Amino acid sequence: MTAVTPTPADPVETGTLRDRFEETVARDRRVEPRDWMPEEYRRTLIRQVAQHAHSEIIGMQPEGAWITRAPSLRRKSILLAKVQDEAGHGLYLYAAAETLGADRADLTAKLLAGQQKYSSIFNYPTPSYADVGTIGWLVDGAAICNQVPLCRSSYGPYARAMVRICKEESFHQRQGYELLLTLMAGTDAQRAMVQESVDRFWWPALMMFGPPDDRSPNSARSMAWGVKRHTNDELRQRFVDMTVPQAERLGVTLPDPELRWNAERGHHDFGAVDWAEFAEVVAGRGPCNAERLARRRAAHDEGAWVREAATAYAAGQAAAAAVSP
Amino acid sequence: MTAGWTAEGGHGAVPTDGVPVEPAPGPVRADWPLWEVFLRGRRGLNHVHVGSLHAADAELALHHARDLYTRRNEAVSIWVVPAAAITASSPDERDPFFAPSGDKAYRHPTFYRLPEDVPHL
Repeated sequence: MTAVTPTPADPVETGTLRDRFEETVARDRRVEPRDWMPEEYRRTLIRQVAQHAHSEIIGMQPEGAWITRAPSLRRKSILLAKVQDEAGHGLYLYAAAETLGADRADLTAKLLAGQQKYSSIFNYPTPSYADVGTIGWLVDGAAICNQVPLCRSSYGPYARAMVRICKEESFHQRQGYELLLTLMAGTDAQRAMVQESVDRFWWPALMMFGPPDDRSPNSARSMAWGVKRHTNDELRQRFVDMTVPQAERLGVTLPDPELRWNAERGHHDFGAVDWAEFAEVVAGRGPCNAERLARRRAAHDEGAWVREAATAYAAGQAAAAAVSP
Repeated sequence: MTAGWTAEGGHGAVPTDGVPVEPAPGPVRADWPLWEVFLRGRRGLNHVHVGSLHAADAELALHHARDLYTRRNEAVSIWVVPAAAITASSPDERDPFFAPSGDKAYRHPTFYRLPEDVPHL
């Protein structure tokens, strides 16, 4: 396996401890919370898990906006359950980050301050109800491609959280595809709604896998450590190959004139992603960056009294119990 | 400027350069205490650790555990334990603490070689 650069600022590091860590990862065994681990491994994981958690939390917003406008009680119940799952995924992940010495309140503060980020996909707007279906199908579909390999992450608590999350994501993708199938069986206007939504989300979904491998210098080390299992380009290709037949069955056109099957490669060829747009969105100039963070800050501030009241009540109960045993 | 971005988390590309991870210096407002959550999947099984959560007190911890870890009928019983109340052995699986059982192969049934023709043993 690839050698890992030692961190000079690591006083406890000894050959034995590092050898054991390297051996654990090389043998595809799991690193557990109180094990010795290189400082850079710990920091990489906190960053990865925290930003994954932030993505789940911010990810409630684009679809959450449709809860009050869902066209039936059935659709509303499904959407509520889905958005509640995203909150749950965020909490599993914050808990995993805390096993590495992070602090949830501090991570939240870093998100609200814009120091830690979330996935740029959630900075796109959801102006159409079809977007609820498209997000389930394409965005959650892309997330599943990313997440299934993470169930084998070398860090135990992250891997276990991912197992739970992947089971639940499957419902998210299926409900989205079913929603789109239902719309496609409706009127011409409804079919046009689906196509318009797919046109908007296709390229952002491909960007979810990150820059091409030759521009992603950190991937190699993360793969050596078993905290990332496939390269950005491998996952993007897998997603395209999985999605093309689903689009055909749905009856929508994916907005890429260069998309075609390449028998020689055994994969679909597809057009170049507009990385300039990606750079704009991740730099904070996407359609909804400011709105998403403002909403998250407001929710945090508006919930302050609940957190304080529960703390005060717990303190009161504890004091009462101490007085009258 | 896309160089430091990787699809390392679940929902796509996030920055990997210049992201602070260490807790901010100075007083951070204390979060609720941490609780460890154990679920009994169905009667006849042990409670198994599934994760942790923050809650102001034990009763709220139970409610949060229900909402967070049992949205799909994963449990018929929940235990929540203050994380600070757990005493754990050293994380090192080669710790001498576990040595007493290491050299006692005779505690396992496979230690004993018996003739093939002995029934029911």
